Amino acid sequence: MASEKKETETVFDKNENEIVNHETEGLSQRQIIFRRFVRHKAAMGSLFVLVSIILLVFSASGLHLGTREEPISVEGWWKYSITDIDPEGAIASVCNGGVTGCPTLDLLPEFIDGTGVQIGEHPLGTDLIGVDYFALVMRGAQQSVMVMVIVGLLGVGIGTTIGAIAGYYGGIVDAILMRITDMFLVTPVIVIGAVIGFRFGNLGVLPLAIMLGFFAWMGLARFVRTEFLTLREREFVDAARVAGASDRRIIFKHILPNATGVIIVAGTLLLSGAILIESALSFLGFGVTAPDVSLGSLISEYQDTFSISPWLFWWPGSLIVAIALCVNFIGDGLRDAFDPKQRRNISMQERKRAKELSAKRS
Amino acid sequence: MFAYILRRLGMMLVVVFGASFLAYNLQAYSSNPLSVFTESTAENKEFLIAQTIRDLQLDVPPPIRYFSWLRGIVAGLWGQFDMGVSRNGIPVIELLGQAIPITIRLVIAATFLAIILGVAVGMLTAIRQYSRFDYVMTFISFLLFSLPIFWVAVLLKEFMAIQFNDFLVNPEIPPLSIAIAALVFGLVVAGFTGGTRLRFFSVLAGAAAFAAAVLTFLSATRWFLDPSLGIFGVGFLAFCSAAVVIQLISGLDSKKGLFAGFGTAIAVTVAYFPLQALMTAEATFLNVLAVFAVTITMGMAIGFVVSPIDRRVYIRIGLFTALLATFPIIVDRFMREFAAYTISDAVRGRPMPTLGQGKDLLSPEQISNFWISGLDAAMHLILPTIALTLVSFAGYVRFSRGSLLEVLNMDYIRTARAKGLSERTVIVRHGMRNAMLPLTTILVNDFAGLLGGAIITEGVFAWKGMGQLFNDALTTYDLNLFMGVFILTAFLTVLANFVADLLYGVVDPRIRIRK
Repeated sequence: MASEKKETETVFDKNENEIVNHETEGLSQRQIIFRRFVRHKAAMGSLFVLVSIILLVFSASGLHLGTREEPISVEGWWKYSITDIDPEGAIASVCNGGVTGCPTLDLLPEFIDGTGVQIGEHPLGTDLIGVDYFALVMRGAQQSVMVMVIVGLLGVGIGTTIGAIAGYYGGIVDAILMRITDMFLVTPVIVIGAVIGFRFGNLGVLPLAIMLGFFAWMGLARFVRTEFLTLREREFVDAARVAGASDRRIIFKHILPNATGVIIVAGTLLLSGAILIESALSFLGFGVTAPDVSLGSLISEYQDTFSISPWLFWWPGSLIVAIALCVNFIGDGLRDAFDPKQRRNISMQERKRAKELSAKRS
Repeated sequence: MFAYILRRLGMMLVVVFGASFLAYNLQAYSSNPLSVFTESTAENKEFLIAQTIRDLQLDVPPPIRYFSWLRGIVAGLWGQFDMGVSRNGIPVIELLGQAIPITIRLVIAATFLAIILGVAVGMLTAIRQYSRFDYVMTFISFLLFSLPIFWVAVLLKEFMAIQFNDFLVNPEIPPLSIAIAALVFGLVVAGFTGGTRLRFFSVLAGAAAFAAAVLTFLSATRWFLDPSLGIFGVGFLAFCSAAVVIQLISGLDSKKGLFAGFGTAIAVTVAYFPLQALMTAEATFLNVLAVFAVTITMGMAIGFVVSPIDRRVYIRIGLFTALLATFPIIVDRFMREFAAYTISDAVRGRPMPTLGQGKDLLSPEQISNFWISGLDAAMHLILPTIALTLVSFAGYVRFSRGSLLEVLNMDYIRTARAKGLSERTVIVRHGMRNAMLPLTTILVNDFAGLLGGAIITEGVFAWKGMGQLFNDALTTYDLNLFMGVFILTAFLTVLANFVADLLYGVVDPRIRIRK
């Protein structure tokens, strides 16, 4: 019995190797990683959802940058802005026994609830004074996404630079840079964020995001440093050095490409952390402040009206969760794709097919 | 080793010094303590401004002012520790002293729950890699990762507090809710046990039927109005804990292990009525300890008599079973005060609070009663604890899953299997123990981070702990208070890093060699 089991196991192993080898035959490292990533269903689904959310958010509310005095604006396709007040529209939509400003979005077809599928005047309802809530949520999500991207880019840029220098040169440079990293690291992110938000929050979202980015690189720097510490001892680095390559060339051409996996994975973690931090700061009142909105400030503003008009609370919260969840899943897919030890779960059908194939061949 | 410790300590001081300098100047330059006066119409406005400038030394540039603050901290070396006074004139150290116990009370239960549940679930998902259970738990942990805690907190307030209190008026669970809850419970259990399709569905049906029966019983007897576990509940939970302990320590196929574990479970269950004598209305915390002492002694004694060979193993089974099985008895005692507590003036039929840290509304007799004041504190803890547990649970799941998977790929696991050890021994002794090693590092760090980390939760649930102090310090531009909170959290973080490194060397000899 035992030997029989063992035999089937070895057959499985052999087949598994065959499946994996067959798939990666003649492909470059980059192609293998790309294929692995594309095969990760959750990651691909998340990527699609995230791109749709970003497209929707940015096209609906347009771009509003620049200072308050000299705004640089590109209008979006949505008819209301966050400053338009439409009291009649709000009163017109009544539900739950007299609550005004209800969402007019109706996704249930006519035969279920008697009314057809429609978007209506205010698909996500209006807030308490009659501002269109779709416009508010889109604007808020746009701010949150912008903070996320800027913090992510700055964090990855600074973190990679510091981590690479510390890891490659080692010694005293490493010691000094890492102590500086520790100094930033011992301060809880929310503390730094609150101080920054307090000062820069009312200037608009860009300065806030940039300042947050300057304090978000520490985790990444540590990861990159560890990676560089191991990579610089490898033979190909020695070979490059013997061939007379400069430090710059070794760092950029030889080590950095090998550390991309770590950087990308830590970067996505940074992104999902950034959107949560931004919304938490705005919730506490230290982030984006009125008249501008972010998802966190919307939640903070309407948390007390939950029992009367819950949609004011549900929409921004679900958007935060959706964005952060997508980013996390994409990060998971990337981690799997970059992990050389990663073996995907080979299904029974594939095993069967491979078995038949090998039987045919022999 | 001594030189290493000294060097690390020196480094710690440098880091804390640098970080506090940075934080002091960040805060000093980003706030304006005089902004309260810009809209003031007081006649002596000029005087007030001058007074504030003098009191807070605003005429001294922040980088220099920092050193006068630092002098008070360094003076701690010769016993004249001084963190300055807050803007209300209260010494910062006093405010910290009041806030720390509250924050600890808030976070300690959540941390333990998150660690225990997170590590357990994480390791189970690793053992059942690529199973339905694994996929579902992975999805759930990603979802929890992405939840903003303030959003969870508001949802909890609405659904767990307001609607629970409404539900208590007529505590009958609608059949549809029972069906859904039972189905979910069944899916979780069946998803974990896995196996063939037939087994999956039979486990699902069994677990769902069990859950539905329990819920129907609770609903029909209006259990939620006057909850208690009773001797049957205590007995059931005692048997469950015995099963878990035996499986972990000796395996369920060890007859003596079964005797020790289930013997202890029976003994603790039988002791349920006699133990009530220790838990009278006049009881204090010492009585609770006494209950534990009694049951643990029983458990160890049973373990002792079970077998003269390998005595320590069976004593350990008795000890841990008794420890786990006693919690239901204590919880049951608290529960039986619930009915009286609900109708008392303190809560007026709405026992689940949304705000506060308890004790405010209790009458003096209630405060002096250990069980009622304990219940009150527990009720105030439930929501923040759930919120904090939910958001930190995911991290432990992912970490322990990854850790155990990595260990299970090691050569020594293959060796253990090749030696013919049972799968249980391989996973529990060789796998889990080694997978726990890297956990020590994040555990120590998390404990340190907790003191400063509950800012949002404290805000939403109106607890007056460290987070609230920090929030106050920011909004009132109170630099001394801000630095007080900051230096404490920063110092604890650095210390925790240091302790984690030392501890890691102790638990993992491989690290020591490299040093």
